Amino acid sequence: MEAGMNVGVVRFPGSNCDADVYRAVTDGLGERATYLWHKSTDLEGVDVVVLPGGFSYGDYLRAGAIARFSPIMGEVIDFARAGGLTLGICNGFQVLCEAHLLPGALVRNRNLRFRCHDVGLRVENAGTPFTSAYGEGDLLHIPIAHGEGQFVAEASTLDELEAENRVVFRYVDRSGQATDAANPNGSARNIAGIVNAEGNILGLMPHPERHSLSVLGNTDGLAVFQSLLAAVSRGRGHPGDGRSDAAPPETREFAAGAVAEAGVSS
Amino acid sequence: MSRVWSVDVRVTPREGILDPAGETIRRALGNLGYEGVHSVRAGRLIRLEVEADGPEAAAASTEKMCEQLIANPIIEDYVVRVREG
Repeated sequence: MEAGMNVGVVRFPGSNCDADVYRAVTDGLGERATYLWHKSTDLEGVDVVVLPGGFSYGDYLRAGAIARFSPIMGEVIDFARAGGLTLGICNGFQVLCEAHLLPGALVRNRNLRFRCHDVGLRVENAGTPFTSAYGEGDLLHIPIAHGEGQFVAEASTLDELEAENRVVFRYVDRSGQATDAANPNGSARNIAGIVNAEGNILGLMPHPERHSLSVLGNTDGLAVFQSLLAAVSRGRGHPGDGRSDAAPPETREFAAGAVAEAGVSS
Repeated sequence: MSRVWSVDVRVTPREGILDPAGETIRRALGNLGYEGVHSVRAGRLIRLEVEADGPEAAAASTEKMCEQLIANPIIEDYVVRVREG
């Protein structure tokens, strides 16, 4: 098989940033992307799973609460728990929290407004598979678009995240300071994105995929996908879940194709 | 005997969790001249019709639903109440 990566982009009813992620990976990076339907239970051997932004299931009950029980989420949870690289953007971050793959929760923005604009972000940890192409302390401009992005967690959880260097992105002003004014939603400690303890699951509210093509005027977000490519190239792709890895490549492709034919009914 | 019970689940933001919707209501009440409203917390009421052998069983199965889906214990408290009749 050729080197490179295949990024699985999950589509829930109400996802609306799935195509943006797809284009960031394919046009922005020249890599492969595969849409994964929420009713499917096959990750089709992808190297990375992305839960994209949007309003899955209308955000009914709580953002991400219903999506978390989609058929595909059983596979995503197994993949992530086995060490598979899993990225949740905006609504995807909410889904990851609801699935308890990441700590804390995302609640209504402090000012009640839906905020849709660029924010300043500081890269707090460039040692993750999602940020290795950045430098520590890099300042980025990335769009946000959410009404429920206020990150909350117990103080002890926040302390743990800080102590373990798991706050990956923070909202900052132009000079890189994490001020109250630079915090668009009231998130605890200006937290915009976090990783799990193992470092293979990242959730963030801002949308790096929306700033990944030069035609969009800004490519500050592309390095997230470049980092993933570097991680996959180093062999950080498939988790050792004993299924896709155990089979030789021919078998895997055959199995994925067979399911794709039979499984994309709705 | 199994029958259908009407069960209310009251979900409210947990103590210590900022509730911007409640706070906005509180400010609006102040603007309308209602003084002395020190706090407003806005939650939701979810009314279920649950088939069960008795009120305890209806409450117990609703509790389970709350833990799994209806409430998020990180940010919300909930109270389950089986209604009379």
